[in-house]
Amino acid sequence: MSTATSVPVVVRDLTKSFGETRALSAISFEVAAGELFGFIGPDGAGKTTLFRILTTLIVPDGGSATVLGRDVVRDLWAIRARVGYMPGRFSLYPDLSVEENLRFFAAVFGTTIEAGRAIIEPIWRQIAPFATRRAGALSGGMKQKLALCCALVHRPEILFLDEPTTGVDAVSRREFWDLLGELRASGLTIVVSTPYMDEADRCDRVALIHGGRILGIAPPATLGSDYDQALVAVRGEDRFALLRTLREHPEAASVYPFGAELHFTSRRPARDAAAVAPQLASWLHERGQRGVTVAPVAPGIEDVFMARMGDAVEAR
Amino acid sequence: MSEPAIVADRLTRRFGSFTAVDAISFAVARGEVFGFLGANGAGKTTAIRMLTGLLAPSGGSARVAGHDVASDAEAVRRSIGYMSQRFSLYEDLTVRENIELYGGIYGLSDAEIRERGGALLESLGLTPWARTLVGAIPLGRKQKLAFSVALLHRPAIVFLDEPTGGVDPITRRQFWETIYATAAGGTTVFVTTHYMDEAEYCDRISIMVDGRVAALGTPAALKAEHDADSVDEVFVRLARGQ
Repeated sequence: MSTATSVPVVVRDLTKSFGETRALSAISFEVAAGELFGFIGPDGAGKTTLFRILTTLIVPDGGSATVLGRDVVRDLWAIRARVGYMPGRFSLYPDLSVEENLRFFAAVFGTTIEAGRAIIEPIWRQIAPFATRRAGALSGGMKQKLALCCALVHRPEILFLDEPTTGVDAVSRREFWDLLGELRASGLTIVVSTPYMDEADRCDRVALIHGGRILGIAPPATLGSDYDQALVAVRGEDRFALLRTLREHPEAASVYPFGAELHFTSRRPARDAAAVAPQLASWLHERGQRGVTVAPVAPGIEDVFMARMGDAVEAR
Repeated sequence: MSEPAIVADRLTRRFGSFTAVDAISFAVARGEVFGFLGANGAGKTTAIRMLTGLLAPSGGSARVAGHDVASDAEAVRRSIGYMSQRFSLYEDLTVRENIELYGGIYGLSDAEIRERGGALLESLGLTPWARTLVGAIPLGRKQKLAFSVALLHRPAIVFLDEPTGGVDPITRRQFWETIYATAAGGTTVFVTTHYMDEAEYCDRISIMVDGRVAALGTPAALKAEHDADSVDEVFVRLARGQ
């Protein structure tokens, strides 16, 4: 078994409520050294509460958490200097310039930009042309890059990023994940949260989180491996009519739009997918649906998330 | 009588020496679900502010629901509904108070507010929550309420500015079914999103790059034109200038 000091984050039965609202319900997980670990879930899932506990900003009601081997409640001062935290809300000083913000955050941690230069260099290169601009006047993507620099300048051993790509366009999101990939390659442990399911592939492992509970933890490639019902993708000319027709199929467990396709989950087991596809195609044809194609498809993260969300609701 | 819901003709907005929206032209048909995409800073927000009568154009023109956005902004604002996920509802008012407030803003009579508000609560299954503060109802219901409130005065066109941000994948899909049903009833839907799979749900999409409309068409046509498997691919190529 790994010792506490070699596992950067160890969380056991962590619980936190705000009044009547259960933000976290006894969640447990570990993050390995050098791992890029993602929490994926919608608003209100508990992501921000979890990150605030791990960065020692709020105290849990129950359970335990250690970061870099230190307890988040007892040893908060030992933790704070060694972690980098980028909160979800833009929290830099809009009236200070890009460079002044960075200098300020370095000074708060008792260091200098020069001392942190090596680690921030790949990101700094992209924002250096705007060094004298007020931070408040930067574009969304640039603000996020500056915030990342400010979270890194004191050379932390672990980085917590709470929804760094929310509200950022698809291109800037990719660039931001490219930067995280570079940081990961340098050996830094990174814990990141996002509501965008398509970002899961950028992580070593992801935890699906919803309603304060973890619905599953796995590497993104194997998340769908225990999806136990037959899943097929359906295309046709009139998607909305197709959707309504498919919902009436006697074997339909769920039917959801997925981009240009519809995903039909059958009540039959996963191994039947190849048989389900042609049967469904002819069933739709009999009901007047035109231009229909049906093919088995591997479950993606959203399929898995929705299936487990449904299970979690039924289990309550 | 069959004037399109929205017609933009070389619509332009400059801020000093910077041209945020550079002579964009397009038309949106009645009952269409039109996706308005673009990277941050591409000029989307400026264009929407002009189309909703909140910002005067510097050049060109646009007609929305038959009214000119420059000379008749007031008529434009009366003909449209607007919803953004974050700012539409007052969290510290109850569900019913929000309906009454927006009904009043949109110029409905007390009788209309009572009648339509009651029907709306019923159809959304929110009747038991009528006296609950909006801040305390689940996100998915809040989102549907915001959408319904934006439709309370039966506008010809509804503008949805990133209506599904941060919502779970089931709620997100349910919301799109509501959009389809609304468009099927003849209301034009003008929607922005950062979820590229949602772009595929639109009848047609436009992609803005550097103030101009760089692409316009059905998702299938744009994918074919750019030899791409998804709208995401088309978007990234255009936005990166490849």
